[in-house]
Amino acid sequence: MKHHLIPRIVARLLLPFILLFGLYVQFHGDYSPGGGFQAGVIFAVAYILYAILYGLAEVKRFLGDGIVRFLAALGVLLYAGTGVASLFLGRNFLDYSALSEDAVFGQELGIWLVELGVGITVFSVMVMIFYAFAGYHGIGDIEELED
Amino acid sequence: MNPLLANIVGHFPILQVVVPLVSAPLLSLLAFLRIRGLAWIVATLVSLITTVIAASLLASVWGGKVISYEVGGWAAPWGIEYRIDTLGALLLLIVASISTVTLVYGRSSVLQEIPEDRHPLFYTAWMLCVAGLLGMAVTGDAFNVFVFLEISSLSSYVLIAAGKRRESLTAAYRYLILGTIGATFFLIGVGLVYMMTGTLNIADMAEKIVAVRDTRAIKAAAAFLTVGLALKFALFPLHLWLPGAYTFAPSTVSAFLAATATKVSIYVLLRFDFIIFGQATPVAGLHFSQFLMPLSLAAIFAGSIAAVFQTNLKRLLAYSSVAQIGYIVLGISFANEDGLTGGIVHMFNHAATKGALFMAVGAMVYRLGSAELHDLRGLGRRMPLTAFSFFLGGISLIGVPFTAGFISKWYLISAALDDGNWPIAVLLLLSSLIAVIYIWRVIEVFYFTPPPDGAKTREAPAVMLAMVVLMAAATVYFGLDTRLSVGAANEAARILLSGGLL
Repeated sequence: MKHHLIPRIVARLLLPFILLFGLYVQFHGDYSPGGGFQAGVIFAVAYILYAILYGLAEVKRFLGDGIVRFLAALGVLLYAGTGVASLFLGRNFLDYSALSEDAVFGQELGIWLVELGVGITVFSVMVMIFYAFAGYHGIGDIEELED
Repeated sequence: MNPLLANIVGHFPILQVVVPLVSAPLLSLLAFLRIRGLAWIVATLVSLITTVIAASLLASVWGGKVISYEVGGWAAPWGIEYRIDTLGALLLLIVASISTVTLVYGRSSVLQEIPEDRHPLFYTAWMLCVAGLLGMAVTGDAFNVFVFLEISSLSSYVLIAAGKRRESLTAAYRYLILGTIGATFFLIGVGLVYMMTGTLNIADMAEKIVAVRDTRAIKAAAAFLTVGLALKFALFPLHLWLPGAYTFAPSTVSAFLAATATKVSIYVLLRFDFIIFGQATPVAGLHFSQFLMPLSLAAIFAGSIAAVFQTNLKRLLAYSSVAQIGYIVLGISFANEDGLTGGIVHMFNHAATKGALFMAVGAMVYRLGSAELHDLRGLGRRMPLTAFSFFLGGISLIGVPFTAGFISKWYLISAALDDGNWPIAVLLLLSSLIAVIYIWRVIEVFYFTPPPDGAKTREAPAVMLAMVVLMAAATVYFGLDTRLSVGAANEAARILLSGGLL
């Protein structure tokens, strides 16, 4: 879509706001509607919008297949790791109160880490699905699909 | 001393699921290390650990005890409760031990059937499937059951699609469509019960449902749950995904899924029918004697007769699985102690028997590259131990005395006679005769047709063969020593009939 000037400019203007909103949904998710799942999708939307406008090859230079797969596993491990950490600290699985001397702070920290893990995994899995469809039959660039 | 290690047994219910679940992303990261064979070693070790945990859990609930674990420290019924009784623990042991045996067995087979760069991801999907199946057996929360059902289903679609032939993709896709419909129906059912009772905890549901048991919503919920789960455990006529999936999956996956996946869904049905709906529904009689019983008899005959006409050994065993699921459900549909014992013990015995049979076929495919009966002529001389193991599994399928299958059929027939339902006892004997026909067809090809010219005696690799023989020996062992299988099944039947209240 290199020759479509208006979508490119508008997307450039929108992208920071989409990302900012993603961050808000991610880190304010424990007090207001939202959380890791939604934030991961919003982040992925921004990324995929960029990929549609600038081509798959361009974004893959930034996040390759391997990195995306690594991030997907990392998010799950962060979630599960939080649970296992509370096991090691002598409480039940995912009992965040164990994570700190101050139980309330521990709960905040626990949900923060878990939501972060969810966000990372959802983002990378969305991107992975996009890569799989966009890269189908070895078409390296979305532009070729358009013509 | 670390507080976790000090009380590790107390955390076994959660570790049972978390250990395989955490190993899955770790396994997928192993792909970056590019060390040959590492994924298999890790997966097998993890599976071995889960087996130890499962055995320990069964030992600690033995005698009718119940273990309850509060995830996140939230008390039931608000939080997610993991609740293990004898039935759940028996299922845990079946899933974990079959996974370990098939993993040890499958190393060479997986090397042959799946490109080596995909091994870490293959074992990732495997451990996710194990975690899902174990989770369904461990959890006491209805929605949590759905989550684990989806984890195990999605990963089993991937495992089936990993087969070498193109048809694996079609088979996996067909299973995906039907499995998703099944899971959706299950979720609708859970949603309806939640709407009426306001709780998702299974034990709590059982108490609260009494007040609303005559409503149409609960009847609809029971219908959705039964049909959804019946799709997942392939009760005739909802079995259409099963033959293709078992035929075209990699040999190791066929052995693992055939022995475990359908059983866990049946276990969930038991939970809902006896503990939640239990004595509560006025339609229980209709449900058991006029719905499940005729369908299970149809499954037994349709599956067995279809098996007689198959030319592919894996497909033959798959149709026989449809029939065996019929036996399990038939036992449940009697809704008395002998019947339930028979059904549950058949879950165990069929897991051992079908595991042994599919593993034997996997060994044949490994050496000969085919499971067509035509290519297996004279196998008794070409792979004598494998053929003999298949023979032992086969007679257990028929229900010959001194094999595991005999024990199950004994209980089923005595349940039918106790019920005064002698036509069913006759039908059971008739169906065993059909099993004789399809097993005999295979035995005839193995032992009474000459091998093709130039065929040499060559067994599968030693470890693979050892596991096949081990499983075949297990089918005989559990036909002689029934303390574990019948003991646990009988206790589980009593717990279910008392409505889970002990």
